[in-house]
Amino acid sequence: MAIPIQIDKGAAKYRKERLDRGIKARSDTIYALSSYREAFYLLLPRAVTIIGLLILPLVLDEYWTKVIVLTCVVGILALSWDFIASAGMFSLGQTLFFGVGAYFAGIMNHYWGLPPILSIPLATLFGAAFCTVLILPVLRLRGIYFAMVTFVLPQILVRIIAMSGAFGGVEGLSALSPMPSFWVATYLAILALFVCLFGFRKLINTDYGVVLKGIKGNDQAVMSGGINIYWYKAQAIFIGGSAGAFAGAFMTHFYRFVGLPAFSMDYTILPIAATVVGGTGMFAGAMFGSFILVPLTELLRAIGSWRVVLYSFLMVIFIVALPEGIFHYLQRKYHQIERWVTTES
Amino acid sequence: MAGMIIYGLINSATFTLMTIGFSLTFGISGVANFAHGAFYVTGAYVAWQLINSIGIAYPLAAGISIIVTGLLGAALYWLVLYRVRGLILSEVIATFGVGVGLMEVFRSIGLSGHSYKLPKFLEGSLEVLGVYVDFQRLIILGVGAALVLFLWLFSHRTKIGLAFRGIAQDEFTALSFGIESDMTAMVSLGLGSAFAALAAITVMPLSLIQVEEGGNVLILALAVGIVGGMESIAGIIVASLIFGFAQIVVATYFNPHYSMIVLLVTIMLVLIIKPSGLFGKFKELEERV
Repeated sequence: MAIPIQIDKGAAKYRKERLDRGIKARSDTIYALSSYREAFYLLLPRAVTIIGLLILPLVLDEYWTKVIVLTCVVGILALSWDFIASAGMFSLGQTLFFGVGAYFAGIMNHYWGLPPILSIPLATLFGAAFCTVLILPVLRLRGIYFAMVTFVLPQILVRIIAMSGAFGGVEGLSALSPMPSFWVATYLAILALFVCLFGFRKLINTDYGVVLKGIKGNDQAVMSGGINIYWYKAQAIFIGGSAGAFAGAFMTHFYRFVGLPAFSMDYTILPIAATVVGGTGMFAGAMFGSFILVPLTELLRAIGSWRVVLYSFLMVIFIVALPEGIFHYLQRKYHQIERWVTTES
Repeated sequence: MAGMIIYGLINSATFTLMTIGFSLTFGISGVANFAHGAFYVTGAYVAWQLINSIGIAYPLAAGISIIVTGLLGAALYWLVLYRVRGLILSEVIATFGVGVGLMEVFRSIGLSGHSYKLPKFLEGSLEVLGVYVDFQRLIILGVGAALVLFLWLFSHRTKIGLAFRGIAQDEFTALSFGIESDMTAMVSLGLGSAFAALAAITVMPLSLIQVEEGGNVLILALAVGIVGGMESIAGIIVASLIFGFAQIVVATYFNPHYSMIVLLVTIMLVLIIKPSGLFGKFKELEERV
């Protein structure tokens, strides 16, 4: 469909010129620093995020601290989704990792009596391994087919648990061991979020991460480089899955309960919505998005289940109207100087 | 034994009805419509509202509901998918978001309970080979068969059906013959959604209208599509037969609760042994793997 371009010759006297700031070299990651001012300019956003998040639980009341914990958990799930997506796999089943991690922690605690300090790390490892094995047969699939299978897997697991009555069936396992204290739980969640955020960012820029990104860009080219992409994909699922499984195991002990809600659609749709709103492919966007969506959700608690409607449609609007996400937009603005210049006529 | 065969057939026809719209859309436009399940519920809900709130005669309400759902599907393409066409991730997220959002809308306005029930076409039952089968189940069988026949005639005998197949085979060649890709995709999405509504109106009278059915239908559509091979009508029928009979056999000899495990194991086996699906073509294999 051809769109006729209309040029109004009288009006366009000025145009906005956008220039990258001096310290930003013509590359996405290399900066040329020449003064403390410029170092400060780069450190400011990172420092504000870290220090701000560490201070927030001290100044907020208990209710909003719980919201922060929930935000961190959704943030970890979103980071895990973004990491797996960086390797070219679009999962529609973040709730699989969450639920499996949650159930592993619950089972270890309920049947074997392991304390949280053991059950959370073990559930993280074994949960991620279990999910990887489950996804292993479908690693050869691409794009939509992978999304479909990851969507189906948790739903079927839910039905199997509900119908067979295993692990407490529909009632779930309750009265599990609590976290040592509320503050330990809060800072554990925040710490885990930072580990995921900065760890994934570091990892994706190493040679290893380049291979993962290559699989996303052109998997056949990576294969022709003599690299076994399925082995790398399995590793990516394991790494991303362990973040998701940790979130699940953590929430099990935080709520002292694990049940079918651990596989609820919320844990799929919220992380994806957060990543889409924040911006995909940069991890910070995923975290940023969850810090917008989850507190917003709490503020809108009054509208009940319309919240899911809200973020579903928010997600659709963003994917259509602002596909790069808020974070990319803000980042571009932060790194650019804008000024009006006269147009040459 | 006769009962198992008859109910297996009816079950398979139900599955075919529920999933054929999804596969049709995917085969033609390459859009995996994750809102398919939501459209299924929409079809039933619109028909119910028309009958109970406005008081329109049942056949008319069913017709209107099918048309409205079809238009919704077309609108989904025109308003949302048109803008993100070709970006697979965006397509999936957009349809998934619309689907979940729509189902949550129904949940929020309180779509649950015994009052939400569609009337049957015909009451009563019939004895077939010593087994009593009610008319509604026979109608499902009939509608399923008619739909498959209609689709075959439509895609082999009508101009727009041939255009559909052209686009499905090779989009660029089809474009050079003057077949408009966007228009075809929109029609395919509308048709797929209309089939979802048709399935809802035929199948829903057997139970209550429940939002959860949307999720089940979507899972089933994905499973049938994966096992049978997308776009292939024969594949859909065979996969529906496998699932339909597996469910009945498992329910008769073991525990009905195991049928989900059969679903999962079948999907996994097919993906490991033949990733293109039972009836998938080689070209499709390249896209998948």
